[in-house]
Amino acid sequence: MARHLLHRLWQSALTLVLASIVVFAGIRALPGDPATAMAGEEADPATIQAVRARLGLDQPLPVQYLKFAGRALTGDLGVSTRTGTPVGELIRATLPVTVQLAVYAMAVAVLAGTTAGVLAAVFRGRWPEWAANALSLTALSVPTFWLGILAVLYLSVHLGWFPASGYVSPFDHPVRGLYYLTLPALILGLTHSAVLQRQTRASMTGTLSADFVRTARAKGLGGTAVVFRYGLRNSLIVVVTVVGLQLGGLIGGAVVTERIFTLPGIGKLTLDSVFTRDYPVVQAVVLVITASYIVINLLVDVLYTVIDPRIRVSGRSR
Amino acid sequence: MTLLEVANLSVSFGATPAVRGAELTLMPGERVAVVGESGSGKSTLAHAVMGLLPGSGRVTGGTIRLRGEDVVRAPEKRLRQLRGRAVGLVPQDPMTNLNPVTRVGRQVAETLLAHGLAGRREAPGRAVELLAQAGLPEPGRRARQYPHELSGGQRQRVLIAIGLACRPDLLIADEPTSALDVTVQQQILDHLDGLTRELGTALLLITHDLGLAADRADRVVVMSRGAVVETGPARQVLGSPRHEYTRRLVAAAPSLGATVRERTPGPGAAPGAARPPAAAARPPAAAAGPLLAVEHVTKEYRLRGGARFRAVDDVSFTVGHGRTTAFVGESGSGKTTTARMVLGLLEPTGGTVRLDGAPVSGAATARGPARRAARRAMQPVFQDPYASLDPMFTVERLIAEPLTVFGVGDRDERRARVARLLDQVALPADVARRYPNELSGGQRQRVAIARALALEPRLVVCDEPVSALDVLVQDQILRLLRSLQDELGIGYLFISHDLAVVRALAHDVVVMRAGRVVERGPVDAVLGAPSDPYTRQLLAAVPGAGLTHRP
Repeated sequence: MARHLLHRLWQSALTLVLASIVVFAGIRALPGDPATAMAGEEADPATIQAVRARLGLDQPLPVQYLKFAGRALTGDLGVSTRTGTPVGELIRATLPVTVQLAVYAMAVAVLAGTTAGVLAAVFRGRWPEWAANALSLTALSVPTFWLGILAVLYLSVHLGWFPASGYVSPFDHPVRGLYYLTLPALILGLTHSAVLQRQTRASMTGTLSADFVRTARAKGLGGTAVVFRYGLRNSLIVVVTVVGLQLGGLIGGAVVTERIFTLPGIGKLTLDSVFTRDYPVVQAVVLVITASYIVINLLVDVLYTVIDPRIRVSGRSR
Repeated sequence: MTLLEVANLSVSFGATPAVRGAELTLMPGERVAVVGESGSGKSTLAHAVMGLLPGSGRVTGGTIRLRGEDVVRAPEKRLRQLRGRAVGLVPQDPMTNLNPVTRVGRQVAETLLAHGLAGRREAPGRAVELLAQAGLPEPGRRARQYPHELSGGQRQRVLIAIGLACRPDLLIADEPTSALDVTVQQQILDHLDGLTRELGTALLLITHDLGLAADRADRVVVMSRGAVVETGPARQVLGSPRHEYTRRLVAAAPSLGATVRERTPGPGAAPGAARPPAAAARPPAAAAGPLLAVEHVTKEYRLRGGARFRAVDDVSFTVGHGRTTAFVGESGSGKTTTARMVLGLLEPTGGTVRLDGAPVSGAATARGPARRAARRAMQPVFQDPYASLDPMFTVERLIAEPLTVFGVGDRDERRARVARLLDQVALPADVARRYPNELSGGQRQRVAIARALALEPRLVVCDEPVSALDVLVQDQILRLLRSLQDELGIGYLFISHDLAVVRALAHDVVVMRAGRVVERGPVDAVLGAPSDPYTRQLLAAVPGAGLTHRP
């Protein structure tokens, strides 16, 4: 188990290095130049050249990368070329917003998705299955931004139940913080619950017709024990896999959702810095998002071994 | 008072009837075997008694009374009280019948908890006692393990502990040992026998194995197509069957006492199924040597921590032209590993495999075109005809595939060849356009045989080719294999755990245990007068010894 984990950590580190190279090269391949952006379109070539030298952009790419990587290892992600703020500070300010929204939305999705999935599997061929399927199909088909706009219009503007936009840190005001995030979390959670519902239903349907479930019923076990202890427990691998993928998607997809709900998260930061060719910020943000993907996947792997004892053994023998 | 009374019971799945007017009575402490082929309705009958019909299954008529109480009309809540408490179940496949994510001790304990027979505190301790009674070694340690850490036989003991946990009046054992090796099967059945006798539990044994029914039951109920066709004392029904179907079943059952060549052909059997001695008159191409020569073959696996495990240890044997060598042994004895090395699917750690003198594996020359030629000359037939045929292919494509791979003939020629092959395995020509799921198990195995024959191989490696089939179908397939051998002069390497099947088909036999050959020689010599204690043990464990001396 420990060996397996070490192996995974080593893989993760390698992934992070590769990702940093791709990001570093990718952003420099984009048209546009931060020196021009900083100095202004009208500036003369000498000024632009001076800015380039100050930012270190006149050096060969490999040298630039090694300098960046070396500083990043010591925790120094550089300074925003646009505002002069240290990148670390920018990320500290924006990442919690995105993570909160993602976790909150995922909690909604897990609650709604697994419940609907379990109901659909248990009441197969009867109305709860049809209802759950119809709802999930709707949630899958309707674009999030459209649902978001409708919800803001109706629930916030018309009924006044939720604030239409804005963010309050839950560290300052726990209740108000959650309240401000509720509408975005509901919208995001419900659209993400659809995939979860379908996967849970498919997996549960298979599990509930398994031999060991019949054996459980032959023991005289009641419906709830069979559904949860036997059915859901054996379907959790699928749930955890989907949740892991979606959580990563929510953090990576923050660019879109934060735009809809005008939240000051990492997605907004990404967008702003791409537009201004703020290389240090873009690099750092993409690295942070990559790292969060890796961490989530690592957690999913560890969870697998908790859920299924058979994976524990194969992990050990590898 | 009658314990179980099933009267005029009919069960349907949707519009398809599965049980038609079945009758069955069971007195307390009595042991009754229900025998029949798959699809005869015997398992459905058992599930109906427990109120556990799967999917669209419904009782459409008749009654089931347990100690006078109507089970068919009982509400689910009452059924839940009866299941486990009044009627226990030991299911068929120990590999799939335990919850993989729960420790086995807990799976026993929850039966007691469900019926309030133990509190949360004492249940784990009681579970260990029950596991010990079921004959599980080291029950205290095993109780804390997960199912995948136990062997098949150990898991079946856990299932027996679960079935008997609440001391039910009736235990339904649905093919309780058909997934286990023959010696393990005997131990488990002996234990189950002793335990139910001690507790006075009535036993309803569902089985396709006539020998097992004869050994273990007082009374036998024979089912065919959902109806009970014959019932009576076990020895009487199986010794002198009155009903036509029972007679066919008994005649088709391979037994140690009689081989296919000695037996009078049952109705519907091809005339001349008895082996003509002319088989030897065929002109074998390289008659000088054996068709297949396996010499000192070894397969080693490296375990973690540097230890080595010898799956196959210094195995030598031959298969003659147009002859059958059978490989016998329990699971884990190295039979299949050896077969895979013969087929060149697995590289031996040591030793050589030669086909007509040309090395197939274990030598540097056994690569590239040589191996390709060898593969063409050897074809496999696998155990499970449901799993070994691609469900997306038509039968024609399945059989023609090897021809396509080796570029034999053009489209029309291949089509004509498939038609001839279908004819050879006695399947109608229109089967060519069908898909495997439209065929029965026996028909699928015929397709698998036709596919194996497509390239006119000299050797066919059959890995348990009939063990997934019902006894009547099994008999037909064995006859087919035999007549194909007489006709085409193919050699068979025939892997089986069933000594009776081996006796019916093979010329020579190799007995394996733990990767080593313990005995080999002509079938009559080895099975007639075994010199190795393990072979004797295997022979003694075959159920139905009492049936062999039937009139």
